[in-house]
Amino acid sequence: MTPNPYLWLVPLLPLAGAAINGFFGRRSSRKAITAVALVFCGLAFLLAVVIAARFSSASAPYYFNLAHWLRSGSFQVDFSFYLDQLSLVMLLVVTGVGFLIHIYSVGYMWDDDGYYRFMSYMNLFMFFMLTLVLAKNYLVMFIGWEGVGLASYLLIGYWFTKDSAASAGKKAFIVNRIGDFGFLIALFLMIKHFGSLDFTHVFAAVRPLSPETAGTGLLTAIGLLLMVGAAGKSAQIPLYVWLPDAMEGPTPVSALIHAATMVTAGVYMVARSSVIFERAPTAMMAVAIIGTLTALFAATIGIAQTDIKKVLAYSTISQLGYMFMACGVGAFSAGIFHLMTHAFFKGLLFLAAGSVIHGIGGEQDMRKMGGLRLYMPWTFATMGIATLAIAGIPPFAGFWSKDEILWKAFNASWVYWLIGVITAFITSFYMFRLMYMTFGGEYRGAVVQQAHGHDGHDAHGHGQGHGHGEPHESPWVMLGPLVILAVLSVVGGFVGYGNRFEHFLAPVFQGAMEVAQETSHEAVDHTLEYLLMGVSISVAVLGWLLAYLLYSRHPQLPARIAAKLDGLYQAVAHKYYIDELYDALFVKPLIEGSTTILWHDIDQGVIDAAVNDSADAARHVSDNVRHMQSGNLRSYAGWVAAGGAVVIAYMIWMGVR
Amino acid sequence: MVPLSYYLVLSGILFACGVLGFLIKRNIITIFMSIELMLNGVNLSFVAFAAHWHALSGQVFVFFVMVVAAAEAAVGLAIIIAVYRTRETLNVDRVNLLKL
Repeated sequence: MTPNPYLWLVPLLPLAGAAINGFFGRRSSRKAITAVALVFCGLAFLLAVVIAARFSSASAPYYFNLAHWLRSGSFQVDFSFYLDQLSLVMLLVVTGVGFLIHIYSVGYMWDDDGYYRFMSYMNLFMFFMLTLVLAKNYLVMFIGWEGVGLASYLLIGYWFTKDSAASAGKKAFIVNRIGDFGFLIALFLMIKHFGSLDFTHVFAAVRPLSPETAGTGLLTAIGLLLMVGAAGKSAQIPLYVWLPDAMEGPTPVSALIHAATMVTAGVYMVARSSVIFERAPTAMMAVAIIGTLTALFAATIGIAQTDIKKVLAYSTISQLGYMFMACGVGAFSAGIFHLMTHAFFKGLLFLAAGSVIHGIGGEQDMRKMGGLRLYMPWTFATMGIATLAIAGIPPFAGFWSKDEILWKAFNASWVYWLIGVITAFITSFYMFRLMYMTFGGEYRGAVVQQAHGHDGHDAHGHGQGHGHGEPHESPWVMLGPLVILAVLSVVGGFVGYGNRFEHFLAPVFQGAMEVAQETSHEAVDHTLEYLLMGVSISVAVLGWLLAYLLYSRHPQLPARIAAKLDGLYQAVAHKYYIDELYDALFVKPLIEGSTTILWHDIDQGVIDAAVNDSADAARHVSDNVRHMQSGNLRSYAGWVAAGGAVVIAYMIWMGVR
Repeated sequence: MVPLSYYLVLSGILFACGVLGFLIKRNIITIFMSIELMLNGVNLSFVAFAAHWHALSGQVFVFFVMVVAAAEAAVGLAIIIAVYRTRETLNVDRVNLLKL
């Protein structure tokens, strides 16, 4: 075990940054705030790199016990950290992408009044996310899990004076609670049956168990409940509804939390629990089905969105679906591989979208963009690379990971593969649609209004101080991260060349391999693999072509098609009315029930009434009784005489008996 | 020989008359007289029992009660005169300065 005593510092550094900025940021200068936020986040990244450099697979996993926490009989939980190949990958992704987005935020949020608050929240998020990925037991992981939820809530509702932002934050928080409920129950089951939440103990207890082929059992229950938690955090059907609304937050937040890191926590958790999942085939199948359906479902919604960030949000949900599909078919390393490449190109897409929004003064509607390639060439180039990556065009990063997933999915069932390929086609289509609408053609926005810039559609109010006449390229503090992420989006995929990534992660998923081996050894047929690869490349190109035809060649066509398929188009544009459905099914009854039954009937009718009525009764009784205390001597004498008479009567009656 | 119960009934009637007078009369002098009536009702039962059991202690008690009653009458009448001088009434319901 090569000891790396600084492991615990990695999460604590951003926490220190968050504390300093949170407590003293209000009175500090922007430069000081920037320095604190970047230095602490950058130090965490540097430390992560050092740890990675000193990491050797032979000695993994490495543990570090920071402090005791809970002791109750034989059950104990410590603040302990855990480093193996899986958490190392997550560590590098989170600190690396996180640091880049911190740099970007400096440029993006500089003019905002709550700059210190923003930076403090971002650092806080880093702390919780690193706690999540470095945890050695489920409870510390749960702290991180809830903590990133909190940071997400704070950052979505960052512009809290805007009603939509505040309610989007609440929605994210509440929907996540549903998932957390499942997660918690899974933890309770583990405590009850394994007496521990520590990864090593739980997995050691699970390993000897045989797979629950019958379909039901303890492991299946735990697996399904964990999946409920993952579906909440990672925005899968049926709990994905919060993610599109979360786009109300500032764009760097969308990039960091709702694309690159936090939403992948569910994938990480499922991959971490691979030992449990592989022994619960039913739960695995649920994961695969949910992932596949989400991938397709969210991709179709992405087609008809006009808000640039909403498109990316649905795209994120869809890509997360891919990751779950991979986990569900036992290809955990492929899922984590896609998680990593996705962090690069989706982070880049969001940052580039932020650059676009920043450059044209807060406009997010793609119908009012267009032609921006001339105004912001760097943003255009980097976003183009990210689009190629997400569409799965070789040799960009997304191609390698997506192809890996599709190949593994094909080995499990051709149905997953088919839906995956269809999704890949749709993905390619809507991403190039976004590119053409944003950067192609002519600028359709409010052109050159020198005096009062952006005629009131500065939705986020972060553009004050810019006289937005023409779209302009963003400053280098924002473009730098874009370029770095673009490079990563190009080369990131080569990590997986020749299954090296899979071999690197193999020790973590050892158990999963055993099960997967049975299905995959007959399928080492390389011709088939290349054939499938060819199919996925060609659908990506087809999607591009279709987008080119519809949005560049014949820009009037989409409207006509939409008019022809009116009902379908409306359904898609309104996200299949899922929000309305949930509103009618859950929110309305809940509010009605709470108002009439819980509030009016139970709280006011029973609890308040019990208190008030007993007070009233006491007052009435004493009101009557107090007349005995009249101060009238003869009435007292009367009472004495009456009492004496009663005593005498009693004695006589007793004597007679 | 008159039976003991006759004395006791008379004693009870006297005592009840005293209580009734004490409760319903407003004039302090009448109330005072009612108290004397109650005392004498009790005295009657004392002497009746003393005669019945041939025990002197009952009669001794009666003497004590009479002494106390005489003293009480002296003090009481003095108070009544004092009250009448200050309040110019002997109606107890109007002698209520101490009542809130």
